[in-house]
Amino acid sequence: MNAEEIATDDSVVTDMADAVPATTGQDRGFVAEDIVFDASDLSVYYGDFRAVRDVNMLIQRKEITALIGPSGCGKSTVLRSFNRMNDLIPTARVEGNLLYRGVDLYDPRVDPVEVRRRIGMVFQKPNPFPKSIYDNVAYGPRVAGRKKGLDDVVESSLKKAALWDEVKDRLQESAIGMSGGQQQRLSIARAIASDPEVLLMDEPCSALDPIATARIEELMAELKDEYTILIVTHNMQQAARVSDRTAFFSVEVDETSDRRTGLLVEYTTTEKLFSNPDDERTENYITGRFG
Amino acid sequence: MADISISNSSTAAVGSLSVEALAGPQKRARKEALIRSVFLLASLVSILISVLIVVSLVRESWTFMTQVDWSVTWGQNGWRPRRGLYDMPTLLVASLIVTVIAMLVAGPLGLGAAIYLSEYASKKTRSFFKPILEVLAGVPSVVLGFFALFFISPQVIERIGRNGWLVIGAVIIIAYLAVIAGWTRNLVRREAGTELATQIKRVLTLTALVATALILIWWVNSVAGSGDPASADFFSVKRSGQLAAAAVGVGILTIPLVASVSEDALASVPQELRSASAGLGARKLTTTVQVVLPAAVSGIVAAFIIGISRALGETMVVFMAGGAADEATFTSSPFEGSLTMTAGMASLATGTDNVVGEGLTFQSLYFVGFVLFLLTLFLNIAAGRFVNRVRERY
Repeated sequence: MNAEEIATDDSVVTDMADAVPATTGQDRGFVAEDIVFDASDLSVYYGDFRAVRDVNMLIQRKEITALIGPSGCGKSTVLRSFNRMNDLIPTARVEGNLLYRGVDLYDPRVDPVEVRRRIGMVFQKPNPFPKSIYDNVAYGPRVAGRKKGLDDVVESSLKKAALWDEVKDRLQESAIGMSGGQQQRLSIARAIASDPEVLLMDEPCSALDPIATARIEELMAELKDEYTILIVTHNMQQAARVSDRTAFFSVEVDETSDRRTGLLVEYTTTEKLFSNPDDERTENYITGRFG
Repeated sequence: MADISISNSSTAAVGSLSVEALAGPQKRARKEALIRSVFLLASLVSILISVLIVVSLVRESWTFMTQVDWSVTWGQNGWRPRRGLYDMPTLLVASLIVTVIAMLVAGPLGLGAAIYLSEYASKKTRSFFKPILEVLAGVPSVVLGFFALFFISPQVIERIGRNGWLVIGAVIIIAYLAVIAGWTRNLVRREAGTELATQIKRVLTLTALVATALILIWWVNSVAGSGDPASADFFSVKRSGQLAAAAVGVGILTIPLVASVSEDALASVPQELRSASAGLGARKLTTTVQVVLPAAVSGIVAAFIIGISRALGETMVVFMAGGAADEATFTSSPFEGSLTMTAGMASLATGTDNVVGEGLTFQSLYFVGFVLFLLTLFLNIAAGRFVNRVRERY
């Protein structure tokens, strides 16, 4: 499935039309011109080992898409292939197609550094640089060569990350002294400061307490107005609370080699996936019978 | 009350314990105490040895300091202990020259190697390079002394001394070429895939080939053609060493130390910081310079301080290749021979405890040792302070 085919289809199609039968009108469709990512038959390998196979997904602009599934199902691997972070692992390799606004992200002419400036990432563990709060936020714009107007960028990014009021008087202090929740919001501010179009979040709340988690979730709902967000989470309630669409990944084990390969089982609106999933495996997982 | 009586009866059913049952065997406690005192003794012995060294050092130095005529320790135009002239600036300046040049060699090379190993090398290359570094660390300093005296001195330093302007010119040309190369590389990146890029690449390759050929011709010509006895035969024996040759030798000895301590510091920087930086669109070099090096700065400063201490304390190489025997004339030129503090001490204390010379010659060596000790101590304290200050800023 690619963007052109969709465009001919009255510019609105049901998600994963070939895999999932269209449900009643509540099912939200894709708008062709707002498709940010188009993954078709995407597989990720580590050396000879295929970690994830045959992922077919469309990602809609200014929506939150959640990737859920049991450990080892490759949801993080898929997420990291969306801004070529897997390139940092020497043996990692991608097969299939991944279009970002119509451009093949794995075209040899594409510079992964340029990709990462447009597609920001927030990691599982808060990872501020051992620099001041200001320098942390200004890092992205600076590496992109920006020298003027950094004060404004820092202020607006911290405001968007709901952190400004807490830190405006200590911008020059080290970011290491902040609490975990603050550090994670700083990571979000830092990602926003590069003015990306997409934010990839890899289990952003797994190291945080429930109160800090709630704040990040609130923040994501606000950021949705401006950014397209993909979030990997092991917390099904979180996916249900924040996301518009959810993709459920699972693992299949090769009996002979005992190798585990992840695959996309079901991808639809969050509402449908959690209330009336089409696949039995999805149902087993969300009802707690598996995983 | 009723509850309590019930719980009482239930404890009685389990049976109450005596303290002895949980006290454990006496033998075990005695063994623990014994082991504890063995380790305590080991640490006390090493402390005691250190104290004894300092005491003996201070005692003989004290004799020297109280009895010497201080005018012979300053401005005597040379360290001639057998004749009662203990000119400290001669040794201090020589040590300074050796340490500075050694660190100019070991600093960039050691840190560069560490950055390569930690940030750029694949697992395979690392497993190939690290043992080589360790071999270099294991080279006995007397071997390096030979190398410094018979190769570095005549083939490298003599040439630099004779052709100083040529070398400076070469450095300027290389720097100039590097700037051009960097600029062209950016251009090529911007014009990637176009005809212009291919042309530039072709021109660059040609230039590099021509430059290499020219350098080779110059080298062969100056080795074979000049008629100078030192360069007529590649491994001919040079008349004498000089401080710079010894310093380069010391620098080579110090590279593995600086490299391995720096590499530990770089490797301890969490991987998450590198990912975060890459995720923000930073290139590898940016990540290394902006994130990894600052995060590892305390360890790198420590590596340099340890390197300086090592260079300051290295004896055999400077003794062999430093270009002076048991006395030295004051010099501030790295192209002349002189004695460092360590070489000055070693050259008089050879084989027996009889140091030939008048009255205070023997004690003067202790005094030099004491000064060296104070310098190193000061260096370590200063380093500690500096490292803490840098760390606090984060």
